[in-house]
Amino acid sequence: MIRLRGVSRCFVLGDQQVKGLDEVSLEVAKGEYLAVMGPSGSGKSTLLNILGLLDAPDAGEYWLAGEATASLDENRRAQLRSQHIGFVFQSYHLIPRLTALENIELPMLLAGIEPAERQRRSARLVERLNLGDRVKHRPAELSGGQRQRVAIARAMVMQPALLLADEPTGNLDSHSGAEVVALLEELNGEGLTLLVVTHDAALGARARRCLRMRDGRIIEDVQQGPGDARR
Amino acid sequence: MRGADGLGLMLGALAGHRSRSLMLLLAMAIGVVAVNLLTGLAEGARQFVIGEFAMLGRNTLIVLPGRKETTGGMPPITGLATRDLTLGDAEAIGRLPSVRRVAPLQAGQLEVNVGNRVREAFTLGTSHEFFAIRQLSVGQGQALPPLPLDQAEAVCVIGAALRRELFGTGPALGQWLRAGDRRFRVVGILSERGESLGMDFGEMLIIPVASAQVLFNREGLFRVFAEVRGPQFLDSGKRQILATITARHEGKEDVTLISQDSMLAAFDGILGALGLALAGIAAISLLVAGILIMNVTWIAVNQRTAEIGLLKALGARPAQVRLLFVGEAALLALAGGLIGLGLSEALLWLGRQLWEIPLQTPLWARLGSLLLAMLAALLFAWLPANQAARLEPLAALRPPGARA
Repeated sequence: MIRLRGVSRCFVLGDQQVKGLDEVSLEVAKGEYLAVMGPSGSGKSTLLNILGLLDAPDAGEYWLAGEATASLDENRRAQLRSQHIGFVFQSYHLIPRLTALENIELPMLLAGIEPAERQRRSARLVERLNLGDRVKHRPAELSGGQRQRVAIARAMVMQPALLLADEPTGNLDSHSGAEVVALLEELNGEGLTLLVVTHDAALGARARRCLRMRDGRIIEDVQQGPGDARR
Repeated sequence: MRGADGLGLMLGALAGHRSRSLMLLLAMAIGVVAVNLLTGLAEGARQFVIGEFAMLGRNTLIVLPGRKETTGGMPPITGLATRDLTLGDAEAIGRLPSVRRVAPLQAGQLEVNVGNRVREAFTLGTSHEFFAIRQLSVGQGQALPPLPLDQAEAVCVIGAALRRELFGTGPALGQWLRAGDRRFRVVGILSERGESLGMDFGEMLIIPVASAQVLFNREGLFRVFAEVRGPQFLDSGKRQILATITARHEGKEDVTLISQDSMLAAFDGILGALGLALAGIAAISLLVAGILIMNVTWIAVNQRTAEIGLLKALGARPAQVRLLFVGEAALLALAGGLIGLGLSEALLWLGRQLWEIPLQTPLWARLGSLLLAMLAALLFAWLPANQAARLEPLAALRPPGARA
């Protein structure tokens, strides 16, 4: 699914060069459940952005679903994002003027999917995610947990193979957070590759594989027993 | 992206930023109104002047002394002075077969007084025929009597305004007035007609041409009006007049002939250019509206970076992002332009009710202003939209200061 080789990404902060990623190599198979952990500034968000094709590495190579991405233009990258990758963000990033349902349908709108098909797919997800009538409301009228479930529905609506979640429970209370995590793990159980970036040790411990990062490097890559990770 | 969905997104975004959208709508509408009102006014003025010229009569030729033509080469050393147009010339023109009437014209300012009322009046020395040629109607009394051109009779016709100024409410017909060092009896008063072709007949004193020659101590005529027998005689009339004058002036063709058509064409050209210039000035207001759109689109791009980043993360191509922002601007321009068109039509209609000038915006100005509004919007939205399209999704999504 994912193969990184010697990927580096530098940022310039003031007159200082900061290595967001320093020669990172990584392989992730289809259907894996990964947690990426580490302190702030360790490079985990940079890794996520590069994996999500939101950012391009300065050096190194990245294959997504067998396709080398280094030399792709922005149009092809957008297409790959649309087809293969779903994003879930800490602060949801729902468009406030659209209803929850319209937010869920937005990726299909951009991909030019017919209204009938859009309705079919979103209705299935709304039912599955137990959102019910709430989807007719705007994000401001929803609770945090509901908003994140809308965001997950939006991420899943294009049926991606890879879901990238950046602190998905960071803004949620523990009950809503647990609900969201359960939902994500359920999707992973159906074959979705799930990569979660988190500060939360409890959430990290649930994943079957845990990467620890520091100063732009992966310092630890452990397989955790499925027994203690899953319910 | 399907067209209807894109349109829906744009309209949603416009409705979501109501005050911004209204402001841009207003700017565009004002720009379009400015273009249409100004061209409408210019066009109205043009129509008005053309109408005035039509009063001159299509069959009238004006003979001016002097050749208004520039030719190359060194001027000859001797014999360049042009000859005056004389009463004899006018009579000769009047004898031509294609000419129906002829009126010599002598003009100047004279001090006119009745008792202690003194007035500076524009004085025309002419003949009986002039009234027919210029279609002057006499309200009271009669026109100048038909006299031999060289007879300096002491009679005059005065304009309605001049009559009021000199005689007040008292009777004027049959009264005497003094013009320069001569006395004239008022035999006619022009009916109210006001200005025509830059001549205010209301303020005018009209006397026999021979009297004017004496008063101004000038033999040469100001010009000669000749009316041909019909439109089909215009060309032959011109040729005959030129030939006659050339023969009488020892072989020199030293007059200029002006027909209504050529004057109309000249004025039409001038007023047309004026209209274009006004439209150009008004177009600047559209440009200003365009720059406003650019600024506001720029602000919108900055305010909506998160949204743009999100759209990109969700798989929007750069071209799609650009389309959404440019499309918003184009929709605004179209709506604002249509509002402006409606408003300017309403204002011009109101103007037509208030004045007699035929205010009308030509079709090219209406379509042009709308097109220009669209063009300005597209052009000026393009830069910020392009910036939005090139935005790194990463930068757009990162909450400010949250991550390194």
